[in-house]
Amino acid sequence: MTNNRSWIPYLLILPSVAFLALLFIVPLLQTIWLAFSDNGVPSPANAQRMMADINFTRSIKNTFLLTIAVVPVQLAIALVMGTMVAKVGRGRETILWVWTIPLGISDLAAGLVWLSILQNSGYFNSLLLGLGVLERQASWLSYQTPVALFFAIAVAEIWRGTAIVMVIIVAGLNQVPREFKEAAEIFGAGAWTRFWRITLPLIRPALQSALILRTVLAFEVFAVVYALGGRNFPVLVGEAYNWQNQNQNYGVAAAYAVLIMIISLAATLIYLKAIKVDPERLP
Amino acid sequence: MRAQTTSKASPAGFVSSRRWLLWSGIAALCAWVLVPIYLVALGALGGRQGVYRWPKTALPTGISLDPFILFLKTEGVLQSFLNSLGAAGITVALSILLGAPAGYALARYNFHGKDSYRLLVLLTRAFPLAILALPLTVSFIKLGLYDTIIGVGLIHTVLALPFAALVTQGIFMGVPRELEEAAWVFGCTRAQAFFKIVAPLALPGIAATAVFAFVISWNEVFAASVLTVRNRTLTAYLLTVLSESPMHYRFAGGLMLILPSVVFIFAVRRYLFAIWGISSK
Repeated sequence: MTNNRSWIPYLLILPSVAFLALLFIVPLLQTIWLAFSDNGVPSPANAQRMMADINFTRSIKNTFLLTIAVVPVQLAIALVMGTMVAKVGRGRETILWVWTIPLGISDLAAGLVWLSILQNSGYFNSLLLGLGVLERQASWLSYQTPVALFFAIAVAEIWRGTAIVMVIIVAGLNQVPREFKEAAEIFGAGAWTRFWRITLPLIRPALQSALILRTVLAFEVFAVVYALGGRNFPVLVGEAYNWQNQNQNYGVAAAYAVLIMIISLAATLIYLKAIKVDPERLP
Repeated sequence: MRAQTTSKASPAGFVSSRRWLLWSGIAALCAWVLVPIYLVALGALGGRQGVYRWPKTALPTGISLDPFILFLKTEGVLQSFLNSLGAAGITVALSILLGAPAGYALARYNFHGKDSYRLLVLLTRAFPLAILALPLTVSFIKLGLYDTIIGVGLIHTVLALPFAALVTQGIFMGVPRELEEAAWVFGCTRAQAFFKIVAPLALPGIAATAVFAFVISWNEVFAASVLTVRNRTLTAYLLTVLSESPMHYRFAGGLMLILPSVVFIFAVRRYLFAIWGISSK
């Protein structure tokens, strides 16, 4: 491109930079300031109030447990889906479409879907009755059954959130050259070895993206929980929502927001370190 | 080709049983996705009696459109549906208008600060963006944007814009540079070349990006709930009335949220993997 027009790219990115500065950078700084100030002076009061809150420890524990339970399962299912669909010729498009449907489903809708299955007179209890496991309606979503509620939320999250991981993984798998697999096959590598030694290392960038995106989203879990368990299962974003909307306390809500940001950022950095992507070694 | 090599080495029965295993796995995973949607649809169309029928069968008995229509006529539902469409429309327009030029710049030019710009865009991914709605309440009240669909559209654009910039970059990279340069040679200005040559070729991809921006906005719950009181979007409306609404209304709401997304994902299914192949780099 000619040098006398070097201003063109800047002109093109300027609107988006201005927009993100106003609505991403500024609110980000505002949130941090809100969290660590009180009546306009720096103060740890909001953070202290957050930590003294009755739901604080529980919401941290719940959010982390959910993330730890959900993300690996989603990754495993996505890898299974990707491996399976690679062996299919005709019908591949239809299968992939069905598997990506949850991509368009909000967490709130996913919660409502599983509510219809898991409510007292729902399909899950009907199934258990039909199998003779259950004699009368059991309740899974109340505060008296925290473990069942945890599993219900995890299942709904796995149901909804696997699609995005699958899409990224399949996109990654599509870029693995055939020759690598064929060469490994010729040298006598079994299916399992090929998967661990060839495929998995080659789709590292996809794995990294999928894990970062999914983990950040998992720490944001909120509406699924609210639809299934109401206030019975406190999570971090839910607490931020309650402090803002019910208690009208923006400072403590911001403190929760900052905490969620720190956790997400830390998780991102850990993934970037743990799954090293060496551009030179990629096909 | 693989199937043939295996069939030479092993008896045919072994191959067909492996095939069978593969297809039953695929069928099971398809059912895992589809059956819950079918069940919530039954719940939405079954009305009040349907909710308390016990024990339930998975057969579509006693369903009709009436309960769903009744839900649509409930005060606030239709309005919140329109609000959701409005906010999503604003999100689509803004994220394409702001994101596509940036994508074009990333695809075609080398400039100082390109890497910093990409870093800014990627950085937005490491943050739960919806959380930014919290401080924006105060600014939006001052600006008169609080409790408006414009305000919701703006924050949803923060979610969709980085995505749009990265995806359109890939789409413009797919349009051969030579075509554009040929147009310059034949006397087109840069703007003419862009609108006559590049834009038509990039249009399907940009349409797919727009659909994604729509889905992002349509599904967003947190920011929409924090930033509205009376002009609620559908997700925000459902979230606030959740605890006091009867079960079959909740299922109807769930179904109403799901249906448009399913159609949209179908519309862009060809682009899904290309898009993520690009933006996961």
